[in-house]
Amino acid sequence: MYRYTDFDAAFVAERNAQFRAQVERRIDGSLTEDEFKPLRLMNGLYLQLHAYMLRVAVPYGTLNSTQMRQLAYIADTWDKGYGHFTTRQNIQFNWPKLRDVPDMLDALAEVQMHAIQTSGNTIRNVTADHFAGAAADEIADPRPVAELIRQWSTDHPEFQFLPRKFKIAVTGSPNDRAVTKAHDIGLRMVRNDAGDPGFEVIVGGGLGRTPMIGKVVRDFLPEADLLPYLEAVVSVWNLLGRRDNKYKSRIKITVHEHGLDDIRARVEERFALLKPAFTGVDQQLLASMKADFAPPAFTDRDTGPFDLAYANDPLFRSWADTNLSAHRAPGYAIAQISLKAHGATPGDATSDQMRLMADLAERYGHDELRVSHEQNIVLPHVHKADLPAIHAALKDAGLATANIGKISDIIACPGMDYCALATARSIPIAQEIATRFDQLKLEHEIGDLKIKISGCINACGHHHVGHIGILGLDRAGVENYQITLGGDHTETAAIGQRTGPGFAADEIVPAIERIVDTYLSERTSAEERFIDTFARVGMTPFKTALYGEADKRAKAA
Amino acid sequence: MTVLINDTGFLTEDPTRWIDPEARIDLASDTDPAHLRSMLIGKELVRIAFPSFADGRGFTLARLIRQQGYKGWLRAQGHVIADQYAMVRRSGFDDVEIDDTLAQRQPEDQWLARADWQAHDYQTRLRGIAA
Amino acid sequence: MPAIFTPKVITANALIEGDVVYLTETDTWSRRLQDAEVLTDEADAQIRLIDASARTDEVVGAYLADVKPGKPGPKPAHFRESYRAKGPSNYPHGKQSEAL
Ligand code: SF4
Repeated sequence: MYRYTDFDAAFVAERNAQFRAQVERRIDGSLTEDEFKPLRLMNGLYLQLHAYMLRVAVPYGTLNSTQMRQLAYIADTWDKGYGHFTTRQNIQFNWPKLRDVPDMLDALAEVQMHAIQTSGNTIRNVTADHFAGAAADEIADPRPVAELIRQWSTDHPEFQFLPRKFKIAVTGSPNDRAVTKAHDIGLRMVRNDAGDPGFEVIVGGGLGRTPMIGKVVRDFLPEADLLPYLEAVVSVWNLLGRRDNKYKSRIKITVHEHGLDDIRARVEERFALLKPAFTGVDQQLLASMKADFAPPAFTDRDTGPFDLAYANDPLFRSWADTNLSAHRAPGYAIAQISLKAHGATPGDATSDQMRLMADLAERYGHDELRVSHEQNIVLPHVHKADLPAIHAALKDAGLATANIGKISDIIACPGMDYCALATARSIPIAQEIATRFDQLKLEHEIGDLKIKISGCINACGHHHVGHIGILGLDRAGVENYQITLGGDHTETAAIGQRTGPGFAADEIVPAIERIVDTYLSERTSAEERFIDTFARVGMTPFKTALYGEADKRAKAA
Repeated sequence: MTVLINDTGFLTEDPTRWIDPEARIDLASDTDPAHLRSMLIGKELVRIAFPSFADGRGFTLARLIRQQGYKGWLRAQGHVIADQYAMVRRSGFDDVEIDDTLAQRQPEDQWLARADWQAHDYQTRLRGIAA
Repeated sequence: MPAIFTPKVITANALIEGDVVYLTETDTWSRRLQDAEVLTDEADAQIRLIDASARTDEVVGAYLADVKPGKPGPKPAHFRESYRAKGPSNYPHGKQSEAL
């Protein structure tokens, strides 16, 4: 893992001191609320419905056990004993007091963490494949590049007051687990015909009010050109992006309005102008970051304990079948810890659970944890022989739910239970769906199915790319939920299609049941996933299940 | 009335007062970057407007002007807050011009606290030379 | 006929604590909706809001929220305001947990 240099540590300390002073200057009137707001947002501090909220960056989702324990400590000391892991691989604390926040930031700095640029109109915390450095299908580990981008974007003088937020994601695997096509910039690590490493650069993706799949602006960008190229893109957009309408300010709209070719030409021109300022020092730093992310020393051990438990313990078998993924090292697995116990708040972990996960990572997992954008925790490097012990410990802590990728592994944003921008709640909907399908005992028969819920059009819950997407809206003073089907968050990214009119809060769970029943009766075999069945049969049978026959619908209308 | 600010604090005299009015130009934050080169021919003082501190276009304009080789005086003028002083300087501005009311609300010490803008700068570190 | 002005209260978040507060008749901020002053005259409400918004050393983001007058005090008219007055639905945190 990357360790802070003296430079990083001094930077964060200085920044925290500045924020402490900014809080005081807000209180003494030197800063107006209008001026303070972007400054606190730059440091991850929101004001939500019921309280302030501090969003802490987990850069590219990577944590060690010390850091996870410190998050637990912060939750106990200044919050209500839990934290919420988000779709941006961050963690949020929902109840801090303004005066405590500088202390919380200092506590984070002690373990080389911060909350910088987790909000605001700036380049946000960079995200990456949560299986980075472990996945069997990986070409290269995206984390050194993500760390380089973190450093470049941090406190970048030109980009702290952009037209809107700007999100970058990196993946080093052809199977995209980082949703790169739904980011302002998505980077796919590739090699050209000569075998040189570089990136396919995707620009202008994004969800929200106008969802768009990103477009390739450069097929192959040599590795060494990354920072000047990123700088050129953001610099061009900073002048060109609309500032008159916040719904039209993201780069996806700029690309749409000006056309990809026009943007590409402007970027190439700017790139040529600013590239000479990079003397290659960044590449030396990148080389040392690559060394920081060298794989741990994997051992060659017998997988006997795993095989025994797998053969004899049905609970373990079910967990292993759903929550493990292929690791590149023989005898190893990637284990996902579900933060989606049926009926619980998606992505929440108590401080005790955090400490337990930290202990397991330290003892069995080369001291590494990951936060996935699906709001689960990952132990990226565990030997199969240790999995029975890990499973047993997780079970005791209520963390052994075997549902990764299943219908109850729901992504849900905080919605109107916390978020000031929300138009409806999302958490209770997720809780009810998970509880209902657990009662029906259908989860494993249904198989792979991603439900994603957002509490407003901003789409933090990624509803557009859910196989089933749910969007909470306010329809004449009542919570109403719109459904989309057929969204896809992977390398074959697609935006879901709306089924039709939305459903009231008490109708949404039955509606989801009807959708799932339709899938189960339409699918050709248990191997055909929901998303494949939908692609084959289209919207009609689902519409009929939801709203009745077309002719009846016409009469009703 | 306005106040000029640089690394030494609030200035009592304008360091650009000798510059001929012909050689001065004011740029709006929405200036088209395509026209910058021709607009700056023969200019020695460029003032870039910050209509609001949240309008960050001035930072990019400043860097662009410097990248294109402009060596004259560059001034950020308008709603710039003390917290942005390091950004202003790192983007290539020489000083800041704000109005009196803002200067009263954010007195000199708040600006001097940011005078060490060269320290803790990721950009210099990543480029190897001053950007 | 002019549109009927629905009764309103002035609400905001406290600067330091961050929690939801309501403006009372005596110009103090209360953490309970039932203490809020109900404004029934539009012009009066706008003036009260301007004054409340100026109290930036106490609160952030003051606005007018619709209420239904009742006993012992006003009730929220919109679901967003009921959640603000109560707390989140997934945990017994916030106002619902405090002995107000
Ligand atoms: S999608 Fe909307 S409601 Fe949900 S967290 Fe984002 S802004 Fe808030």
